[in-house]
Amino acid sequence: MTDGADMQTARRLRLPQINPVWVLLAVLIGAIIFMNPGFTQPTGYMNFLKRAAPLAILAAGQVYVITSGGFDLSVGSLITLVVVGASMLTNNDPAATYWVVPLMLGMGLGVGLLNGLIVCFLRVPSLIATLGMMITLTGLAFMWSGGAPRGYLPDTFRFFGRELIRDVPLVRFIPISVIVLLVVVGLLAWLMHRTNLGRQVHAIGDNPVAAGLAGVPVNRVRITAFMLSGLSGAIAGILLGGFAGVSTDVGSGYELQAITAAVLGGAQLLGGRGSVPAAVGGALALTAIFTLLNFLGLPQPVRQVVQGLILIAAVALAMHRRQQTGT
Amino acid sequence: MTEPVIEMEGISKSFPGVRALSDVSFDVRPGEVQALVGENGAGKSTLIKILSGVYHADAGTVRMHGKAVHFTHPVDSLKSGIAVIYQEFSLLPERTVAQNLFLGREPRGRFGLIDTARMRRETRDVLALFAAAGRIDPDQTVGSLDVATQQVVEIAKAVSTGARVIVMDEPTAALNEAECEELFETVDTLRERGVAIIYISHRMREITRLADRVTVLKDGEIAARFDDLPPPDAIVRAMVGRDIADFYAPPATEAEIGAPVLTVRGAGNDRLDGIDLDVRAGEIVGLAGIQGAGRVALAMALFGHAPFTHGEVTLDGAPVAFKTPREAIRGGIGLLPGDRKSEGLVLMQSVRDNGMLTSRAFAPLWGRAKRNRHTDETAMDGLLDAMEIRAASYDQEIRGLSGGNQQKAIVARWLSMRPRLLIFIEPTRGIDVNAKAGIYHLMRDLARDGAGILMISSDLPEVIGAADRILVMQNGKIAAEFPHGATEPQIMHAATGETEVAA
Amino acid sequence: MVIAVATNQTQYLSLENLIAILGRSIALGITAIGQTFVILVASIDLSVASLISATSVLASVIMDGAPAMIVPAVLACLLLGAFVGVLNGLIVSALKVNPLIATLGMSLIIQGCLSAFVSNFAGSVPEAFQIFAYGQIGGVPVALVFLVLLALLAWGILRFTKFGSDIYAAGGNDEAARFAGIKTGRIVVLTHVICSVCAAIAGLYLASRLRSGAPWIGADGVYDLESIAVVVIGGTVLAGGRGGIWGTMAGMLIFSLIDSAFNIAGVDSFAKQVLRGIIIVAAVAFYAIRSKRIVA
Repeated sequence: MTDGADMQTARRLRLPQINPVWVLLAVLIGAIIFMNPGFTQPTGYMNFLKRAAPLAILAAGQVYVITSGGFDLSVGSLITLVVVGASMLTNNDPAATYWVVPLMLGMGLGVGLLNGLIVCFLRVPSLIATLGMMITLTGLAFMWSGGAPRGYLPDTFRFFGRELIRDVPLVRFIPISVIVLLVVVGLLAWLMHRTNLGRQVHAIGDNPVAAGLAGVPVNRVRITAFMLSGLSGAIAGILLGGFAGVSTDVGSGYELQAITAAVLGGAQLLGGRGSVPAAVGGALALTAIFTLLNFLGLPQPVRQVVQGLILIAAVALAMHRRQQTGT
Repeated sequence: MTEPVIEMEGISKSFPGVRALSDVSFDVRPGEVQALVGENGAGKSTLIKILSGVYHADAGTVRMHGKAVHFTHPVDSLKSGIAVIYQEFSLLPERTVAQNLFLGREPRGRFGLIDTARMRRETRDVLALFAAAGRIDPDQTVGSLDVATQQVVEIAKAVSTGARVIVMDEPTAALNEAECEELFETVDTLRERGVAIIYISHRMREITRLADRVTVLKDGEIAARFDDLPPPDAIVRAMVGRDIADFYAPPATEAEIGAPVLTVRGAGNDRLDGIDLDVRAGEIVGLAGIQGAGRVALAMALFGHAPFTHGEVTLDGAPVAFKTPREAIRGGIGLLPGDRKSEGLVLMQSVRDNGMLTSRAFAPLWGRAKRNRHTDETAMDGLLDAMEIRAASYDQEIRGLSGGNQQKAIVARWLSMRPRLLIFIEPTRGIDVNAKAGIYHLMRDLARDGAGILMISSDLPEVIGAADRILVMQNGKIAAEFPHGATEPQIMHAATGETEVAA
Repeated sequence: MVIAVATNQTQYLSLENLIAILGRSIALGITAIGQTFVILVASIDLSVASLISATSVLASVIMDGAPAMIVPAVLACLLLGAFVGVLNGLIVSALKVNPLIATLGMSLIIQGCLSAFVSNFAGSVPEAFQIFAYGQIGGVPVALVFLVLLALLAWGILRFTKFGSDIYAAGGNDEAARFAGIKTGRIVVLTHVICSVCAAIAGLYLASRLRSGAPWIGADGVYDLESIAVVVIGGTVLAGGRGGIWGTMAGMLIFSLIDSAFNIAGVDSFAKQVLRGIIIVAAVAFYAIRSKRIVA
């Protein structure tokens, strides 16, 4: 009796499921191709991937924090700080890139570490902690640049975000940022889905009390998740520095886009479930939506409205589905 | 004889995986105490939840004053005069006694504002029925009251709603002897006032003290119905109704018990005092006591979750002082928490992930998840197979499994760590009767393999049946020790401090 | 802090200065009163900052210098607030969307709509309406009187009405409240309406103070985060069911004292923002660190 019912539930849970984000992405890409057949050419889709790369990397990092049960709202301002900081530090010296890039990556890890420590040991809810961090980092970016950031980054620094590898067979060219995207996402996906870290990130987001009593080093895992998110923020900042100008609002709004992307990819708010590839799919879908809005000639603010609607709708749909399947 | 207030007829209810009730009929008359007894999982709570409208019966009817009623929400049953006092109180600790009593139905005065004066006055009137009235100020927050007094407030709340039927679900679980007696007097008062009382308990002493009639549930069916108070033996026989010898694994023989695995001397913290304790290899030590006696605090102290502040602990002869669960696990202690859902399982993860959780927690963060130095996925699957866990696949989310199978997955988690001492807290809570025997035999097998086992349980028959030695705690101290074969009254007396019983 | 201020400038703590400090905090105080309601039911509202911007612009655009349009403008703002509140409340209680995400999403939507129409100071506020921010009654600023009255009203609602009692019940133990027959979904929606209407009033006040509305004043003031911090400092717990208005008012006073201390010390505005972020986190930590609950 008992077992029969268990089996039934199991079968229902095991039905071949395709993450809806891939369907959404396919439909959006189809729509883009319909409106602009040039998209099937390498210049079309490679530029799309290049533009999507920072958000996709950011989403891949964010999904760690979301799966662990938190939020990281500081990444947008971290991007700003990286871009502004890099422009101050390099000071138009191409040779400086070699130490500024590692320094910026270290700063990303440091901000993540600080977020993690505040959440773990001061017990501040991550949303408040990282919002506070967001205000602080934005303030720092202003202070550092005196409110008027220098408008240039040396070409050596912009290499990652801007350069292309030409004469590649089949696709003609590959932007460096797309290679960075593939490497970073591959690494983060492997860490999330093939290592102890990933399983434990899921566990602490699912039930931190049970995880702690089972011996999981909850704080260490949580801090690591925030550090990976911070690192992804720094990498996204370096890429953005390559193709966007230097300003104090270059990163603003990216934190919510990253969360939206992760949620579109089926990551569960407050933890326990999350997928790096699906979050990247969510980031591509979001970029595709923005691309479509551009084609339609809709102004920038409309993007914000649409993104807000998508964010709420995605979470509402996820809740609806969860209620139907129980718990 | 008066007409019944409530008649439940032919009630059946199934949950995915469990048939909770089948064809149960039950009634209660005004001014009587109807005892509803049965083991954990016999279906008592389900029956009450159907009565109060939390669940809907698959079949059967509920009649009130002879008229069929369909409660779809607890509010409906409350309005009809049925109040349930749950084990977890539904009081708001931050609000005052008066505010809690009139929650959702505050008296209004001028301008539609709450008439606080009237609320306070009526609160005093209702409380006056109870012996505890003198201890309660209507303006006090409920959180500042002790558990027994909170219960009085909960009952007073039921009375103030004009309830004609009051259901009490194991009301003495958290009470000491004096508080129990006060509760019995309260029940007497209610009975005199013509309230029908459904009293759920499995403590014979309370039933013989209070009940007018007794209904025994077993495995979701009516096992016996007594219109006059029967001798306790008859109730117990109807309740258990099976051969106890088979149900529990046989106790350890002299030869099976080895050297002490754990010794504790004079240990304590803010909740524990003067703890002396030995657990030997091959031995199952049962830890009995009422809620709040310090049993869980002792487990959490041993496990480093709320450590001892003084005293000596040795594990396999070496002195230890674990400050975190991680240290304790490294030292060779495992713990199965009492509340599986909130403390044991990571519900959204797979059966296998739940089994491998601890072994992965002690492997390098960057290491592969498939394999670590304690176990690997193939070995874990073998372990889960050996415990006969029923699941369609070990990749299935664990929340789809029955309680017994979930518990086995947590056991598997610890088995891969090969602990020296395993602490089980309420190992069979919420588990099917059939699956319970499986857990008892599993514990015995672990002991035979040389582990020491400490079992904390509120289920006295379980402690008596499964443990080789029984320690009874009271007020943060170990109050008494009994060998295998102690009786329920002996243990109860030691647990409630009624009389000093020497071991 | 008070001591430091006092020693730096002995004349500082005069009544006049105290009133000046308060003046800067009126908008925060009004917003925080509303935020107290949603936090009491264990929800939260992060859309207040953009709503403040939106209503300040709406008010100043509708008035556009004409005293006759004051009443329609105020009504329009309050209606907009109520509308946003109903939406927030329904998304949270009916669609079961996490309130942080729901209101963050709402914030994006409001800000997006607003930016689509205006990008700079828009419209102007007639003299008559500037009384709200600059008028005085017997030497006491009108806005301060208004804030005190609003706080009294809020206190009365929480203390003496069934609605107030239901708020504490819904936030303290949602299940127990529903078992007692309280429609907790409706309570959540109503508290969100109160919160958004308060934000709308704060927007009106800022329009009156700045003599015009601008699409950035809400975000610039960090009213979303600061109002939450003020509520938490005031002893209302984020988990709901415990706290009250007077704590929030005390929290607001603390914040305004810190702000004015910065001003006196001459901290530049960017450094002030950095310190602000740190203080908010530290303030929440001060209360959160004592709880045993694991947060994430």
